[in-house]
Amino acid sequence: MSAERRRVVVTGIGVVAPGSMGREGFWEMITAGRTATRRISFFDPARFRSQVAAEVDFDGRKLGLTAQEVHRNDRFVQMALVAADEAVADSGLRFGVGGTGSDAVDAPDPDRVGVTLGTAVGATMRLEQEYVSVSDAGKHWLVDPRYASRFLAHALVPSCGATELAVRFGAHGPATVVSTGCTSGIDSVGYGSQLVEDGDADVVIAGASDAPISPISMACFDTIRATTDSNDDPEHASKPFDARRNGFVMGEGAAVLVLEELEHARRRGAEVYCEVTGYASRCNAFHMTGLKPDGTEMAEAIDQALDQGRIDPAEVGYVNAHGSGTKQNDRHETAAVHKSLGSAADRVAMSSIKSMVGHSLGAIGSIEIAATALAVQRGVLPPTANYEVPDPECDLDYVPKVAREQKVDVALSVGSGFGGFQSAIVLASPTRRTE
Amino acid sequence: MSLLVTGLGVVAPTGVGVEAHWESLLRGEHAIGPIEGFDPSVYGISLAGQVRGFDPDEHVAPQLKVQTDRWTWMSLAAATLAAEDADYTAPEDVYATSVFLASGSGGNEFSQHEIQGLWARGPKAVGAYQSIAWFYAASTGQVSIRDGYKGPSGVVVSEGAGGLDSIGWARRVARRGTPAVLVGGTEAGMCPYALLCQATSGRLSTATRPEEAYLPFDRRANGHVVGEGGAILLVEEPGAARARGARRVWGEVAGYGATHDAHHHEDPAPDAAQYARAIRLALADAGVSPDEVDLVVADGAGTPELDALELAAIGAVFGGRRTPVPVTAPSSWTGRLMAGGSALNVATALLAMRDGIVPGTAHLQEPVGAPGVDLVQATRVQELRTVVVLARGAGGFNSSLVLRRDPAGATA
Repeated sequence: MSAERRRVVVTGIGVVAPGSMGREGFWEMITAGRTATRRISFFDPARFRSQVAAEVDFDGRKLGLTAQEVHRNDRFVQMALVAADEAVADSGLRFGVGGTGSDAVDAPDPDRVGVTLGTAVGATMRLEQEYVSVSDAGKHWLVDPRYASRFLAHALVPSCGATELAVRFGAHGPATVVSTGCTSGIDSVGYGSQLVEDGDADVVIAGASDAPISPISMACFDTIRATTDSNDDPEHASKPFDARRNGFVMGEGAAVLVLEELEHARRRGAEVYCEVTGYASRCNAFHMTGLKPDGTEMAEAIDQALDQGRIDPAEVGYVNAHGSGTKQNDRHETAAVHKSLGSAADRVAMSSIKSMVGHSLGAIGSIEIAATALAVQRGVLPPTANYEVPDPECDLDYVPKVAREQKVDVALSVGSGFGGFQSAIVLASPTRRTE
Repeated sequence: MSLLVTGLGVVAPTGVGVEAHWESLLRGEHAIGPIEGFDPSVYGISLAGQVRGFDPDEHVAPQLKVQTDRWTWMSLAAATLAAEDADYTAPEDVYATSVFLASGSGGNEFSQHEIQGLWARGPKAVGAYQSIAWFYAASTGQVSIRDGYKGPSGVVVSEGAGGLDSIGWARRVARRGTPAVLVGGTEAGMCPYALLCQATSGRLSTATRPEEAYLPFDRRANGHVVGEGGAILLVEEPGAARARGARRVWGEVAGYGATHDAHHHEDPAPDAAQYARAIRLALADAGVSPDEVDLVVADGAGTPELDALELAAIGAVFGGRRTPVPVTAPSSWTGRLMAGGSALNVATALLAMRDGIVPGTAHLQEPVGAPGVDLVQATRVQELRTVVVLARGAGGFNSSLVLRRDPAGATA
C-alpha cells in the first residue's frame, strides 16, 4: 500500500428507524432513552412465541418515493432509498448535475461513486407475501404463476437494492450488496471504506436495510428461542446486558452514510461527522448460531480495526455494542471488549441502542454506525434502555437508561451474527488530537 | 494486487470435479435438459442445466446436510474440491484463510418447504434450521465453520456478476494481509418458487429442445436457460503460495474492474459505455493492452438486446486490434448459474489456458454480425496467455477479470 493512505470520512447520514422520523428524530429518540418496541401490528402474532417487534411506521409515498418505486420494491429497498435520500441531501453532494457551473464543486464524478448496501434477508417480506398468493397459503408446492407479480425476479436477488441506489444517484462506480447476516451493516460500510481507500471510488453510498417483521422470520427465530417472549411488556422487552434479558426483539429499518475521500470532502468544504479509521472482520468458525463465551474472534476484529488507524485501545471512549439481549451474545461481547481494551475497558462507556430500536438484522449495523457517528459529532452517548439488574458476567459501564454528555475522540461499533461473523469499525472525531 | 489461483472446485451441470466439467465441455455434451423433479410447463419453460451427477451424501456429512440447502451442499463440495486440488489444509494461523463467496438467491428449496409448513400448518411447523439455511450468508458461514477458516469472510450479491466480484473483494482482503481466500460461489434455484421468480424476468427461453434454447450471439437467440451449481476457487497471495510450496498455479488474477450502468432497474444502458469501461478498468489494472488478450469469455446473456450490447462493449475496447478478438460463451452449455456462473467461467478460462483449447459456444450456427469480434463456434486449439472473463448482473452490474497463464515475475 502506498505511504499516503487515502482517508475516509462520513459526510452524510440518513436513518429510517422505528419510533421516529429521519436522522434527527432517531437521534432525539435514542438520546431520550425512549423505546420503540411494541406488540406486532403487521400481522396477528397470537400463534407466535415472540409477539413484539420494533416496527417502523413507514409510508414510502409520503417520504418521496413514486408509486412505481413502491410497487416494484420490497420494503427493505424502499427504506434504503429514503435513508439514502436523506444522507445525500445531508452531504451537500449534488448528483446528476454535471461538472459545470456553481454546483461543480459538489458534483462528484459519477464514475467514481460506488454503492455498498448491506442486507441480511433482502426482500423476504415481499417474497413471503407473493408466496402466500401463488401457493394459496401453502396449499401447493407447484406454485401458480397466474398470481405472481412481474417483479419477483427483482425480489429474488437482493442486489436489486444496490441497483436501485445506483440508478437513483447515477452512480457508475462499483456497486454491490453485502449479505453477511447480522454484520451486513458494518461490513457494507467497511467495504465502502475499502473502495475509497483503494482508490476505486471517491464517494460511496454505504449503508444497510432490512425489513424482516414477517411471519416466516418471526417463526424461524421462535423455534430457536433467539427472540424474546416478554410479550406482556413490549416496551421493556429488549434488555441488553441486564440479568433478566431473554432474547432479542426483532426490528426493521435502514441507515445510509455518505463516505467520502478526505481531500474530496475538504475541497468542497463539506462538514465531516467523523473519520472511518479502521474496519475488520473475523469468523469464529465455531457454530452458525452459538458463541463461545471468550469473545476471541470479535476481539481479534477489534484489535485489527484499531491497529489500522494506529489507535491505542486506551483512546476508545465509547463502544456501540451489538448488545442484542441474548444471554450468550452480551456475555461474549463483554469478554471481547475486555480482551481488546484491557484495563481501558473499565473506563469505557458501552451501550446498546437495540434496547430501543430492536435488532433489524443486517440493517442495525449501519443504524448503529449512524448512532456512533452522531455520538462522536455531538458529544452525547445514547443509553442502554431497560438496564436495571446487573449481570456478573456483563460488568462494563452500559450507560443505563439515561444519555450521557461526554466528548469522545474515538468510538467503536461492533457486531456479531449467524454464520460466526464478527465485525468492528472505528470512528474518530475530526478534531481528535494526534501526536 | 496479484493473486494466484491454486485450486479449482467445480460442481456444475457439466459435472462434479474440474476435469469432468472440462471433458464435458470439450466433448460438446449438452448439460441442458428437461427439468427433473416436477413439471415446470406452467412457468412457460421446460429446460434447465441441473447438476444431475451430484450426490450430496458423498460430500456433506449427514448432520450438516439436514441443516443446509442444496445450494450450500454444492458450496461445501466445491470448497473441498478446491482445497484438495490446491493441496491446501488450514494453516496454523487460523486467521490466514478467508471465505468470500458470492450469493444470488440463497437457500431456495429448503425455504420453500419451511414456508409451506408455516402457511399450511402454522409457526410450529417451521424447523430449527430455517434461520441458518436460507439466508445468503449460509454457505460462507458453513464452509468457514467446517474447515476452521477464521479470516475476514464475506458475501457479495450482484446477481450474475457475483462470481467475479467475489474475486475482486478477495483482492482487498489479501491486500490487507490475509494470504488465502476461497472465492466464487454456487447457486440452486430449481424449486418451483425460485423458478417462478426467475421466470418473471421475461428473459427465460421457452424453447423445448436444448439445441434451440440458449443461443448467445446467434441470430436465433431467444433468452436463457437457468442452471445450478458453480465453482469455488482458492486464490493465494503469491509469496504465501510459494512459501507453502503450492503444487500448482492455474494462473494469475491480474486485473479486475467493476461498474454499474445506473440506468434503469431492469433495462441495460443502451450504449454499453459502462460495460466497456469495466473491461478497460480491468485491463489497466493488469497492465495489459487489448492486443495482448487472446480470448474473451463472455457473459453471453442470450437475448438479442443484451448480446448486442455485450458485443458493442467488446468492440469498443478491442475494435482497434489488428486481428479480431476471439469471444466464446461457455455458459451456453450449462445454462446461466447466476452467481455460480461467472465463477465457473473463471475455472473454464483457466482450463482453456492450461490446455490451449478454446471451447466453442453451443449451437452457434448463425452468428450475429460483430465487427472486430471473432465469435468462436467450434472448439479450437489456440495458445492462451491472457484471457478476459466478463460478467453482468441483472439491473446493470458489469464486471471484468483479467487472467494470465504465466504469473508476472514467475520466472524472476
